[in-house]
This record gives sequence, C-alpha cells and structure tokens, in this order.
Amino acid sequence: MPHYMLAAHTRQEDTAPALTDEEMKASWQRIQRVEADLKSAGAWVFSARLHDPDTATVVRVSNGDVLTTDGPFAESKDHLGGFYVIEAADLDAALAWAARVSEAIGNPIEVRPFAGVAWEPGG
Amino acid sequence: MADEARANGAPSPIDSSEVGRIFREESGRSIATLIRRFGDIDVAEDAVQDAFAIALERWPVDGLPPNPGGWVTTTARNRAIDRLRRAARERELLGQASVMGPEPFDRDAPEEVGPVQDDRLRLIFTCCHPALAVEAQVALTLRLLGGLSTSEVASAFLVPEPTMEKRLVRAKHKIRAARVPYRIPEDHELPARLPPVLAVVYLIYNAGLNGRAQSALCGEAIRLATVLAELMPDEGEVAGLLALLLLIEARRAARTAPDGSLVLLADQDRSRWDRGLIAEGHAIVRACLRRNRPGPYQIQAAINAVHADASTFQETDWAQIVALYDQLLAMTPTPVVALNRAVAVGEVAGPAAALALVEDLELDGYHPFHATRADLLWRVGRRAEAGIEFQRAAETAQTEAEREFLRLGGRWGARSP
Repeated sequence: MPHYMLAAHTRQEDTAPALTDEEMKASWQRIQRVEADLKSAGAWVFSARLHDPDTATVVRVSNGDVLTTDGPFAESKDHLGGFYVIEAADLDAALAWAARVSEAIGNPIEVRPFAGVAWEPGG
Repeated sequence: MADEARANGAPSPIDSSEVGRIFREESGRSIATLIRRFGDIDVAEDAVQDAFAIALERWPVDGLPPNPGGWVTTTARNRAIDRLRRAARERELLGQASVMGPEPFDRDAPEEVGPVQDDRLRLIFTCCHPALAVEAQVALTLRLLGGLSTSEVASAFLVPEPTMEKRLVRAKHKIRAARVPYRIPEDHELPARLPPVLAVVYLIYNAGLNGRAQSALCGEAIRLATVLAELMPDEGEVAGLLALLLLIEARRAARTAPDGSLVLLADQDRSRWDRGLIAEGHAIVRACLRRNRPGPYQIQAAINAVHADASTFQETDWAQIVALYDQLLAMTPTPVVALNRAVAVGEVAGPAAALALVEDLELDGYHPFHATRADLLWRVGRRAEAGIEFQRAAETAQTEAEREFLRLGGRWGARSP
C-alpha cells in the first residue's frame, strides 16, 4: 500500500490569538481521536512533532571543510511543525485523513506521496 | 482483423482523414478501457497510438471494421500486451524482478466493449481530480478523452507545445506517483467532485467560442457533455450543462458577421439560429424543470431557453430572465452573475437602474464589465464617460474581434457613425 506524508505547516508569525487552555484541550482531544482512528484503520505508520525552526542547525561539507550554520535551511515564514506517515489505498483516502487532521489542528496539511520507504539500510 | 471486416459485410472505401476523424471519436473510450486494464495512462496512450498507425494502414485498404470502437480497443490492447511482454522479457534478461507479474494478460479473453462505457466516466473524474490544477485538468481531458494531439491542445490554449507537453507529463506523473484513483466517486462525494468536471467541459466550450479558429473545441465540449449526460442521467446539473451548451451553440453562427466581427444578441439574425439545437436544449430544460432540483447550470440553460423563445430581441421575456438571475445570484453570489443580472434589469427597468447596480461591482479589468458599463453610460446620455469606458473595455478584451467591436464604440458606434 502507498505511503503518504501528511505534513503540518505552520506560519511563524501567525497573528491569530494564542489558544486558551480550553481550546488547547479540545484540539488535543480531536487530534487523539483522529490518531486512534488512524491506528484502528491500519493507516497509522509513524508520527512526529518538531521543535521550532530556530532550534535547527545546517551542516554542509565543501572541499572537505565542515561548515555549520545556525538556523533552518530555508528562511521561510512557513515551516514544518510535524507530520504523520500513513498508509492509504490511494490519494482520495490520504486526502480524507488529511482533512480530518487539518480540522483537528486548525492548520493546512500538505499531502505528499513517498517515492520509497525503507525499514532497513539499503531497503 | 481484416478478414473479419470482410466477412461481416462489404467494406466501404475510406480515406485517411476519415480514419483520423473516426479514430478521434473512438480513442477516448479505448484509452479509458485500457487505463482500467493496465493501470497506466502512458501504456494506454502508446497502445492506442499504435492502433491508430495500424488503422491508417489497413482501413483505407480493407474498409472500416464493423465495430470500429471494438477494433481500436482490441488492437490497442494486444499492442499493449506485446509491449509489456517485451519490457518484462528485457527486465528478465537484465536479471530484474518482473513488476508486471507472470503473464497476467490473456490475449484471447474477449474484451469488454460496448456497454461498459463507465471507463470514460472514471477517466474524466481522474482527469478533473481536484488535486490537479485546472489547466492540467483541461489539458488531460482534451488529450485523453477528446483524442486531441498535444500540439492541438497547445494551440487551443495559446501556449507553446513544449509547455503543454510538460504540463501533461507533470500531471500524469502526479496521477501515478500520488495514486490519484481511477474510479467513479460515490454519491456522497459527487457534490465536491462533479463541479470541477462540469467546469472543465464548460471551459473547453468557452475556449472554442472565444477563439475563432477553435470551434472544434465547442463540438468536443458538447460531445463530452453528451457522454456525461448519458452516463449520469440522474444528475440535473449534468443535463443543465448539456442544455446550456446546446442553446449557446445554436446561436454561435449568428454571433459573428461575415467580416469576423462580433454581433450582439440584440442585433443577431435570429433566422440563423439552429432550431434543431434549440429544440434539443428546450427538451432538456423542460425535463430539468420537472425534476425540480435546480442548480447554476440548469438556471443558465433556462435563461438561454428564454432568449431562444423570443423571435425578436424586443419580445424577450426580460421579467422572466431577471427572475432566473435572482435565483442564480442567490445560489452563486458572484460579481459576474450580478453583472449579468444588471443587464437584464436594464431591459426591464431602464439603463439608470442597471447602472446603479453595476457601479459597485468589483470587476475592474473584466472586459464585459467595462463594455456593459460603457453601454449603460451611453444610454443614460453620459457620452464622454462612455467613450472612456469603451476604451477601457477594448484594452481588456481577449480577442481581436471584441477589441475591434469595442474600439468602435460597441453597438452604439456601429449605429451612429
């Protein structure tokens, strides 16, 4: 079955007011429901949340020299906040899950098919 | 194959342009069937292209096969199997695992042709999947269902052929990589999935209507709408779209003067309207009214039916048209609909009333807005402002015929030199 990444992009300087504790709790419950459904449908593979992009470090090697720079690779207002890796029969099934995740977290979800998935090195 | 044709009756002679025409009509169905069978658009396209080459060679000599559509599908299917077997053998020779699996295709199995038209429906929903950009949807639909060549699609939309080629390749790659499904949406999905399909067909029609040399697109759009209406007889909006296209098509010949300039509805020679198409359109509109599940395409068809009913512009039942636009505006509250409604109001309540409705619309740069405003300003006697507005309309017009018409002051310029 094909794998898809459901990537949650957030905007750095979002002008939206911070969520109240109540709203945070409601959102968390919605996410948990979607995740439970992903699991019971056999679609769940993996999920991850990332720290903010200002915690990132970029390493590049040029002529044998290691150059290390502070900050994310791409200076952009939008950044990847977290993602799910799911298994779905086709794009429609993946889009349906993405809609549920987007509704739960209140952010747009980018759906991208995996070109390959390896569980072992060289797989 | 040729023997079969002879056995089934005397072949009639046929030249290569006729082969091309018939092939184009049949290719959409064959491609759709082969995509279902082989699960790959490129395999299907290449195979149907192979079959076309064979038809060009054989049909002029052997005559048209008794069932050209079945012939195309069967021939293309056999070519696809040959190609895939060759590719599988090559992979074996290279020591790679066969992706296609062991001999999955039975050459002697009877091919499903004829009643299994649903493949074309699957294909149009794949081509018009909302995960694809509208330009890609239109291009894929014309290429795969309309049987147009890439260069024909490119020239229809005034883009260079390599650009169109890239667009098609990218769209097909996305369909394959992201697994855009090849299936007819279920009933509960249709409200989201049908509108882009109808929009693409309507867009194809309008591209044909507005480009003088591209009237083939009008015929293609009507053909697609007819197929959709046959395959989805319960969808009022599909019927509505077909009726709308037939009623606009009925007036197409009267829209252009012999010198190629544009003729407004008010000035058209109504004896040049195609009564057969109007009757067809009317019958569908009546069926829609009986069904009583109105939608935007059905209402636009009804508006065009009212126009078709009037033997002169003055006899048009404008009150009825305003009432239909009221309904349309409630359903799709867009400035373009509001503009069209204002034009109808102008015919009932006079140009001043229409101008008041038009002034607040945010349609700067949309040439029908400027043309309408210019026309209304002229009619209320604000001639200087009308002149400026006609210039603005001419600047924003899309086709040379329209630019010329507007530069001369629209219908007023033509009448008062």
